[in-house]
Amino acid sequence: MQPDKAITTHASRQLPGDLAMWLFIGAELTAFALLFMVYASSRALHPEVFAQGQSQLNSQIGLLNTMALLSSSYFVVNAVASVKAARRHWAIGHLLVAIGFGLAYVVLKSIEYYQSFSAGYGLTTNVFYQYYFLLTGFHYLHVILGLILLTWVTPKVAANDYTVGNTSGLESVASYWHMVDVLWLVLFPLVYLLH
Amino acid sequence: MKFSSQAVAKPYFIAAIGLFTLQIVFGLTLGLQYVLGDFLFPEIPFNVARMVHTNLLIIWVLFGFMGASYYLVPEESDVELYSPKLALWLFWIFLSASVLTVIGYLAVPYATLAEITGNDILPTMGREFLEQPTLTKIGIVVVVLGFLFNLGMTILKGRKTVITMVLMIGLVGLAVMFLFSFYNPENLVLDKIFWWWVVHLWVEGVWELILGAIMAFVLIKITGIDREVIEKWLYMIIAMALITGILGTGHHYFWIGTPDYWQVLGSIFSALEPIPFFMMTLFAFSMINKRRRDHPNKVAALWAMGTGVMAFLGAGVWGFMHTLAPVNYYTHGTQITAAHGHMAFYGAYAMIVMTMISYAMPNMRGRVANSAKAQSWEVWGFWLMTISMVLITLFLTAAGVLQVWLQRYTDMPQSFMVVQDQLAIFYWLRFAAGVGFLAGVGTYIASFFIKGEAVGLANAAR
Repeated sequence: MQPDKAITTHASRQLPGDLAMWLFIGAELTAFALLFMVYASSRALHPEVFAQGQSQLNSQIGLLNTMALLSSSYFVVNAVASVKAARRHWAIGHLLVAIGFGLAYVVLKSIEYYQSFSAGYGLTTNVFYQYYFLLTGFHYLHVILGLILLTWVTPKVAANDYTVGNTSGLESVASYWHMVDVLWLVLFPLVYLLH
Repeated sequence: MKFSSQAVAKPYFIAAIGLFTLQIVFGLTLGLQYVLGDFLFPEIPFNVARMVHTNLLIIWVLFGFMGASYYLVPEESDVELYSPKLALWLFWIFLSASVLTVIGYLAVPYATLAEITGNDILPTMGREFLEQPTLTKIGIVVVVLGFLFNLGMTILKGRKTVITMVLMIGLVGLAVMFLFSFYNPENLVLDKIFWWWVVHLWVEGVWELILGAIMAFVLIKITGIDREVIEKWLYMIIAMALITGILGTGHHYFWIGTPDYWQVLGSIFSALEPIPFFMMTLFAFSMINKRRRDHPNKVAALWAMGTGVMAFLGAGVWGFMHTLAPVNYYTHGTQITAAHGHMAFYGAYAMIVMTMISYAMPNMRGRVANSAKAQSWEVWGFWLMTISMVLITLFLTAAGVLQVWLQRYTDMPQSFMVVQDQLAIFYWLRFAAGVGFLAGVGTYIASFFIKGEAVGLANAAR
């Protein structure tokens, strides 16, 4: 590929969604990156506490949740593509399925929290549980915010607020939802799987 | 000025500048007491002077916010203020309450003041920055409620803009957080936790919304940039301010008896707190660079850019310096905190009020901008105050670093007062810079009385 051609293809590529949303995502990712680093360094300091704590986690639920979020993101991708292809009804359907998978995550994670709390674990149990609840709790709140955003755009899609060429708002929400997904893809192996 | 009722801002601004001057006088007194311990003793002991210095700051900034809001809201809403009479009444109530409170601080011992004002009925006194007698606190609540009612009614009958919405959220937040000053739990940990809800969630939370709204308003006026662009910046700044600032409260929960996860939360979120301040700087500079017109009020633009830079340095950089828990373990409550407090308050809140005064005052005095000569005096005031504040901050930082070293970091730590003696040279330098600051305040005030050919409506370069 010639260099000038490379530049033109690059310039014609558009940022999905609003720049403001990307700045927001950047800030969110920074905050989580710091949390992951603190988790990692703390784990290096207390390997046995972390190993013991991690062995108590329910990685089956973790895996199901990974699938739920990934599927949800897939349906959000389809929803945006459908709006761009002027297939509004498909888009609504896909959004509803995406919300359903998101809700499944919330329910499963709540069950997991309930099990942990019933077993007597909490934020102040030990250093592992402190980070476990902080990291997953933050993420959980982000899933809920993402679901609120998805629930907010769905009627707007139905009302034809997004048209071909005017999908920035929807794309912003979709980008946010993918961020929630990406964060979990780091969080799940880091907290549940890496022993 | 579009509406005559905007003029109620004028007494608020005058009172703000008056109390600001008084605050600086007490600051200089304190500065001397650091090195000459018995200066003005027993008439004005250090603890009283300090209380007056910090309380005056809060009060004059509130006067500034109120004046700014009374000026901004009618213009944004495109209607006259709901009740200018109420605004003037509240002004006199607030001013008398403030003056009486300061007289109370100075005239009688604090315990006597508490007794006279019925603190035993509803005890709220005795906490740093919130030393006001309960009666004064109730007075503040009444004034703020009346103020919010007046603004709310104005906005309801007029145009609703993003700026007025952000301003109102900030002001309502200010009122709501202040209510925690009435909650005085027995448990010292809880007491500190909720005390920070007022102190921290004011200056690193809702006040940033007020700051952003005022900044956005002035920038629209002096640059002529599209409202949509300015509003988008405002949204991003306030979102970042709240995301980082609310959990950033954790940096006050490191050592007060709270669970230790606060060290993680506080460190992470407050490390991000410089971001909204940095965005504020970018905002001011890029809007002024892309300006669509050359407003004849040059000095207002200088204040706006100065607010961005100094708020970022004072609140952002100097805050970050000691906000991480492992660092704060050593720096907590040293002169590093004082350095940060001075530059942050000046850069963010003193300067935004002066930005608004600089823009609005000429308008209220029937001109678009002051004469070139008056503006040049104001510019001198700006630089004298700002450079002096930078020096104050640097000297206090040097004092703080030495203090941390001698008192907490060496193998043979020395006691507080022994260390204080060794910091004297920095305190003298800080006092000298303080005199420079007072000269700046004098120059700034003088600029209001300098004549010369003002830029009127007819000859304004549009």
